[in-house]
Amino acid sequence: MAEPSKKPTSRQVARPAAEPAPKPQAQDVEKRSPVGDVGAPASYEPLMKPAGGVRGFLAPVGGFGVTLSNMFRPTVTEEYPSEKVPAKPRYHGRHQLNRYADGLEKCIGCELCAWACPADAIYVEGADNTPDNQRSPGERYGAVYQINYLRCIFCGLCIEACPTRALTMTNEYELAGPTRAGMIWEKQDLLAPLREGMLSAPHPMVEGTTDTEYYRGEVTGATEAQQAWVRERRPDDATLPEGDGVDAANATQHEAAETAAEMARLVAAANKQGRR
Amino acid sequence: MTITSANPTTSLVPAAPVPVAPTDVETVAFSIDGIETSAPKGTLVIRAAEELGIQIPRFCDHPLLAPAGACRQCLVEVWAPGRDGKLAKMPKPQASCTLEATPGMQVKTQHTSAEADKAQHGVMELLLINHPLDCPVCDKGGECPLQNQAMSNGRASTRFVDVKRTFAKPIAISTQILLDRERCILCQRCTRFSEEIAGDVFIDLQKRGANQQIGTFDTDVLGFAGDVPTGASTLDTSGKPFASYFSGNTVQICPVGALTSAAYRFRSRPFDLVSTPGVSEHDSNGSAIRIDHRRGVVLRRLAGDDPAVNQEWISDKDRFAFTWQSAPDRIMTPLVRERTDDGTRGELVPASWVEALGAAAAGLRAAGAVGVLPGGRLTLEDAYAYAKFARVVLGTNDVDGRARPHSDEEEAFLAHRVAGRTLEVTFADLDRAPAVLLVGLEPEEEAGILFLRLRQAVVHHRARVVSVAALASRGLERLSGTLLAAAPGTEAEVLDGIVDGASDQLGATAELLAADDAVILVGERLATVPGGFTAVLALAERTGARLAWVPRRAGERGAVEAGLLPNTLPGGRTVADGAARVDLAAAWDVGSLPSAPGRSTGEIVAGARDGSLGGLLVGGLEPADLPDPALVRDALDRVGFLVSLEVRASEVTDRADVVLPVAPPVERGGTFVTWEGRPRPFPQALVSHALPDHRVLDRLADELGVVLGLGSLAEVHAELDQIGGWDGARAAAPAVGADEPPAVAPGTAVLATWHQLLDNGRLQSGEQHLAGTAKRPVARISAGTAAAAGVADGGALAVSTDAGTITLPVAVTDMPDHVVWLPTNAPGSAVRDTLHADAGDLVRVAAGSTEVA
Repeated sequence: MAEPSKKPTSRQVARPAAEPAPKPQAQDVEKRSPVGDVGAPASYEPLMKPAGGVRGFLAPVGGFGVTLSNMFRPTVTEEYPSEKVPAKPRYHGRHQLNRYADGLEKCIGCELCAWACPADAIYVEGADNTPDNQRSPGERYGAVYQINYLRCIFCGLCIEACPTRALTMTNEYELAGPTRAGMIWEKQDLLAPLREGMLSAPHPMVEGTTDTEYYRGEVTGATEAQQAWVRERRPDDATLPEGDGVDAANATQHEAAETAAEMARLVAAANKQGRR
Repeated sequence: MTITSANPTTSLVPAAPVPVAPTDVETVAFSIDGIETSAPKGTLVIRAAEELGIQIPRFCDHPLLAPAGACRQCLVEVWAPGRDGKLAKMPKPQASCTLEATPGMQVKTQHTSAEADKAQHGVMELLLINHPLDCPVCDKGGECPLQNQAMSNGRASTRFVDVKRTFAKPIAISTQILLDRERCILCQRCTRFSEEIAGDVFIDLQKRGANQQIGTFDTDVLGFAGDVPTGASTLDTSGKPFASYFSGNTVQICPVGALTSAAYRFRSRPFDLVSTPGVSEHDSNGSAIRIDHRRGVVLRRLAGDDPAVNQEWISDKDRFAFTWQSAPDRIMTPLVRERTDDGTRGELVPASWVEALGAAAAGLRAAGAVGVLPGGRLTLEDAYAYAKFARVVLGTNDVDGRARPHSDEEEAFLAHRVAGRTLEVTFADLDRAPAVLLVGLEPEEEAGILFLRLRQAVVHHRARVVSVAALASRGLERLSGTLLAAAPGTEAEVLDGIVDGASDQLGATAELLAADDAVILVGERLATVPGGFTAVLALAERTGARLAWVPRRAGERGAVEAGLLPNTLPGGRTVADGAARVDLAAAWDVGSLPSAPGRSTGEIVAGARDGSLGGLLVGGLEPADLPDPALVRDALDRVGFLVSLEVRASEVTDRADVVLPVAPPVERGGTFVTWEGRPRPFPQALVSHALPDHRVLDRLADELGVVLGLGSLAEVHAELDQIGGWDGARAAAPAVGADEPPAVAPGTAVLATWHQLLDNGRLQSGEQHLAGTAKRPVARISAGTAAAAGVADGGALAVSTDAGTITLPVAVTDMPDHVVWLPTNAPGSAVRDTLHADAGDLVRVAAGSTEVA
């Protein structure tokens, strides 16, 4: 120890004789001479007074009382993974990249989440929205979005940093996998599923709006013009009114989300193994 | 063998001495925040505060631009002695960026004065009224003076409740520079830069009041429909009146995100960039740059701050042309060409280093005489390794780093006047020079930073610039320069005419050059003029002017110092000088050095064609850079064994028997030598396994059984220091008479040509945004020649030789008759490739058959 510490170390064995006899302490075991004497200390005093009388008589089976009393209390064991108890609403689970009501992504690739991240778990690359490839309202979208769940400490600072509320946390906590690469989730793994009324990106913004209107929540769903634009370029898009519906689109997205799908498979297998 | 010579007194390329500040300057004593200080008379208060470590917020203030007082952010409280000597407070806060310190003044910044602090908060609130809150998507976010100073000197919340002023965004000022007007705080740094520094005004303030904005010469915005700015701008490839080689600097000095570059827009954030200092590989100025990279990918380059060289500016080529280093055609592994059963060349196949070096060594050993063509883009270390490899390993003087038109006269000039004479003329000398004569040099096109320095000298103290050239370029006009018109090939005659007492301009020029500190800058293009260098040397002798040689490429000066010339050894030693050979042989620990005169690039090419050279070792060389590319390609095809050290697949690697990949500048350390002879060392920016040329040559020498001893930068530097400069005899000056200019038959003209800064160059490929800012390629002829050829201004002109035809739109220019100027390597104007001709050659001119864009 470089600096002298005020706390007495166990090696400080020599006490002045004038001091009153100290209370026996656990560290007193160390008082034994380092060499030779391995016998019990000369004066052992138990800290608890041994019980006497009836208590003393029943003492050997007293522990069963604890067992018995707990048999009549509500059980706290959670039968995970057989039964999954929902996490609390504000639980910090896996991240999700949200969408606006018309299906455009909220993420603008600003990297503030990556900046805020104390574990350096997030990597983002921004790119230009072009008229042919409008992925988010405004000029910029996140082209690359990766979260490394080996590094993530689920502190939620990224969520606080996000200026468009694109990044939020779900209650999903089953994140495990056998490979390091498999723990890095890409953008397609993190993107929120499409909901009814949404049109899968890319497509133009709602006519006459700017990113401000989107941010204020004034866009409530895909418009005719947006549908027409998508119909012209991707006639068999599932999210069109005449398409197969958002469930089919989400199924397609799940296929693209390889990392998420692989992890879901692994977790399901592990759950199956753990199930009784 | 022991080293016979004494220890060298100088190193081969000595570093520049640290400039000392002048001591005998008048100072004034005053105080800032109660701290007594003194500063040279005329110092601005904001600058003096910086010296004391007191930070005053500012936007428009820039140390290299004239004070403007545009943003009003730097307000301070000032007390100054009045006429009665009593200290009195100035009634209002003063802008410290326009206020010169006076004796007895007491300045109180926001740190000690509540009034200054309140004033600054008020200004900041006004600036932020119309500034959009799009920091998350703004490129400047994270390195933004407005963002930072709004945090340090602004209010925590806004009181503004109205709707912010918005503009359509962004305006593309050029294909590279984008303008978001609503982010602009009208500090005018960009407009002041283009007015004061570059001299090519392309944006300016428009409108008044709340609508005041920066804009291009878009007639709709500026409200002068029908008018095109006169003289200040030329047409770029999009046909818009904007072309600046320095526009990228405005992006860097913009204190908000109003000016951004298309190449970097939305690519990254400052916090995930790693910055490494570097030196630009694009010209011989050795501009300091900052390379910003992320995960092994270079995302942008910024100007470094080096007052002795590039100040804080770089050209757009330095800034934006870096993608070539990671182009898809990068060669990552050694390649060896298979031989088919009948001995003809087969395909290149990837090989291990051991295999490839073995094949290269075996081939070189079997080839007999080998010539070395290293190209002009090498660092000093690589150039030295090539020079030593040729002499020690290959035992030949057939090595020439000049991948351009060249002459024996030029080599004599370089050996006599350039090699071993570093830092004789520097950028600082140009700042002082009363007159500068340019010969065969177009500073804006061939050395951008040199142009800015010359312009600074012209603007600050009316230096006179005179150019001997075929026409007055826009660059010369912006230098307020005088043209001594010379048809290509007659430059020597004009130079000889600059004598005292000569009539008109020539006599005036002689007078200018006779002044103390006058400088003659001669470009590499003078090599195409027989007698040109002889005439320049005579002129410098006659007038006493100082002389410097300004090549175009980054490696040329280093190659001269390192001995990459057939008859010149490192440090200006000559092959013909026995003492120099013995000195070097001792340093290199070899018995003797080859004494036979070496062959120049042209002769090596000829030798490879006629079979007198059995092998070629070629570095970064483009056949199209040499006077007749067809001959070079033929030589590469015919030569028995061809080894290529290249970064990317090229015409040479297509023909090579063994290709050894080498590292681009960003993946290795090294030293470029500027035209002044100043060493510019730079570190490795990216992690890489690619080897620099000198290491590859070292391993190749090992394979050939010779220890070259150049396996690391430290070893090369130790050897360069040991060799040192040469104080023995120098090469004799060239004495070549001028040729008679060729007779110009009707329908023909003499070709004048030089490279434009932005063209089809190999180091600019893959950067479309930059290519869009290039000047529109035009052919230039005089009105008389145009009339004779039957072409109107703007019409198509066909310039042809027996080899081919180049058709370009004509720009009728004030220049000598019977001369036609073409850009050397612009899109649609590959002069050497198409015409097999160079400056001074006769070409046919006629009206073009088809209209061209």
